[in-house]
Amino acid sequence: MTRFWQVARAVAWRSIHKIATTPQLLIPSVIFPMFFFVAFAGGLSNVGNVPGFDAEFPSGYTAFQFVFVLLQASAFGGVFTGFGIAADFEHGFARRLMLAAPNRYGIIAGYAIAAATRATFVGVLVFVVGILTGMQVDGSGVDLFGLIVLAYLVSFSATLFACGVAMRLRSMQAGPLMQMPVFLVLFLAPVYVPLDLLSGWVHAVAKVNPFTPVIETGRDFISGSPATAGIAYGIAAALLALFTWWAVRGLQSAERAGS
Amino acid sequence: MRGQIYEMARRSVIQTLRQPALIIPPIVFPLIMMAINTGGLDAATNLPGFPADSYLDFAIAVPFMQCALFACINAGASLARDVETGFLKRLAMTPMQRAALLIGQLGGVMLIALVSALIYIVVGFAAGMDFEAGAAGIPALLLLALLISLAFAALGAFVGLRSGSGEAVQGAFPLFFVLLFLSSMSLPRPLIEQDWFRFIATYNPVSYMIEGVRSFIITGWDGEALALGFGITIVAAVAAIAAASGALRTRLVRT
Repeated sequence: MTRFWQVARAVAWRSIHKIATTPQLLIPSVIFPMFFFVAFAGGLSNVGNVPGFDAEFPSGYTAFQFVFVLLQASAFGGVFTGFGIAADFEHGFARRLMLAAPNRYGIIAGYAIAAATRATFVGVLVFVVGILTGMQVDGSGVDLFGLIVLAYLVSFSATLFACGVAMRLRSMQAGPLMQMPVFLVLFLAPVYVPLDLLSGWVHAVAKVNPFTPVIETGRDFISGSPATAGIAYGIAAALLALFTWWAVRGLQSAERAGS
Repeated sequence: MRGQIYEMARRSVIQTLRQPALIIPPIVFPLIMMAINTGGLDAATNLPGFPADSYLDFAIAVPFMQCALFACINAGASLARDVETGFLKRLAMTPMQRAALLIGQLGGVMLIALVSALIYIVVGFAAGMDFEAGAAGIPALLLLALLISLAFAALGAFVGLRSGSGEAVQGAFPLFFVLLFLSSMSLPRPLIEQDWFRFIATYNPVSYMIEGVRSFIITGWDGEALALGFGITIVAAVAAIAAASGALRTRLVRT
């Protein structure tokens, strides 16, 4: 177990250091969530006046969009980490890493820790901007803690998914295969309005989208009425277990390929 | 000159057709986003003063702009690759004229823009779009969409030639993306509640390009929206082509 954590710590440190010292990697991961937050919460704030919106979510449109952007940043932090893993394979670093690591499962853990660190940094920034722009937070400290735990579960799940893809394909060309499914799952949830105000096929898809209860619970946390937290945590935990298996199998695939 | 343009355009078109990654995303991605936003924001049509009964009619203008952004990146990346691979250096030793090189290079990108615009119109009608401008409005809409794509493609060409780096062109994408998001893309300007956002959207030329395209669908022949849409687009296209031409001249002198 000690070797597992040693590898995890080393991989996490390297990834975090690389992101922090490479503006091309750091800036998009910070700018894009902030930009989405500003564009959605600012440009679409009038959508909060749509009949029925207040009854579904009384804490205002900025808080409504904050939760989406927080979870989106958590998920995309994982996807961007997947890009980094693919790049490590392309450049031959992953091959040397796998030869040197006494416990290879620690590699996956290290990347996941790096993604969670990135999500923490972005999440704090978005929260500060939200507060500065007058975001209404009706939830208690415990509710906010629940939201943070949910964001970490999303971050770990997305990282493990992207890690599994990157370790199977071992090429930067796998980028769209990591990005598109996450993008579609996120945007086929109630992004702009609560579920009951969605219409057409998007409503039908959002109803069965596993991310919908997660984002709805996140919004319930910030408005102080987390009624369905158990279901959201159950789904998040199930996704985490599924993608842990997916990432471990990906690692085994990379081992078999001799990468 | 015409022969030179033809040869460069032929090369650009073949280069584009050989790379599905340059064709599929500009067509598919904007349609996916439109489909998602149409369902997600249909409730916005209940806002007092919203100009359409269906959000589809309002949102279908956006894919034309997203297509222009792809044109921008593809044109820039293509020219940057020509700089990186030394193709421009070799071309500089031939009697090829600068204008022919630039116009020809934009040919492939404009072809994709035309095909994409036609597909958006067909998909729009299939999804139940009400087109207020009537049959004569379709070629006019196509013309405006192509001019917008030309303006952005020339802008991309400028960045590609100036920097000579495909990475720099990709890095500029978020800047152009910001222009699209900080416009009247999702709501009409009068319905944007935040003053600062409405201010930016009002001074953002992209708002008027979108509103020009949108006017064909929602209001029919709206003189003001069309004058602003065509006027701003033409000015932007001329300025971008002039900038790209200047960058090409500098690039050829450098070589």
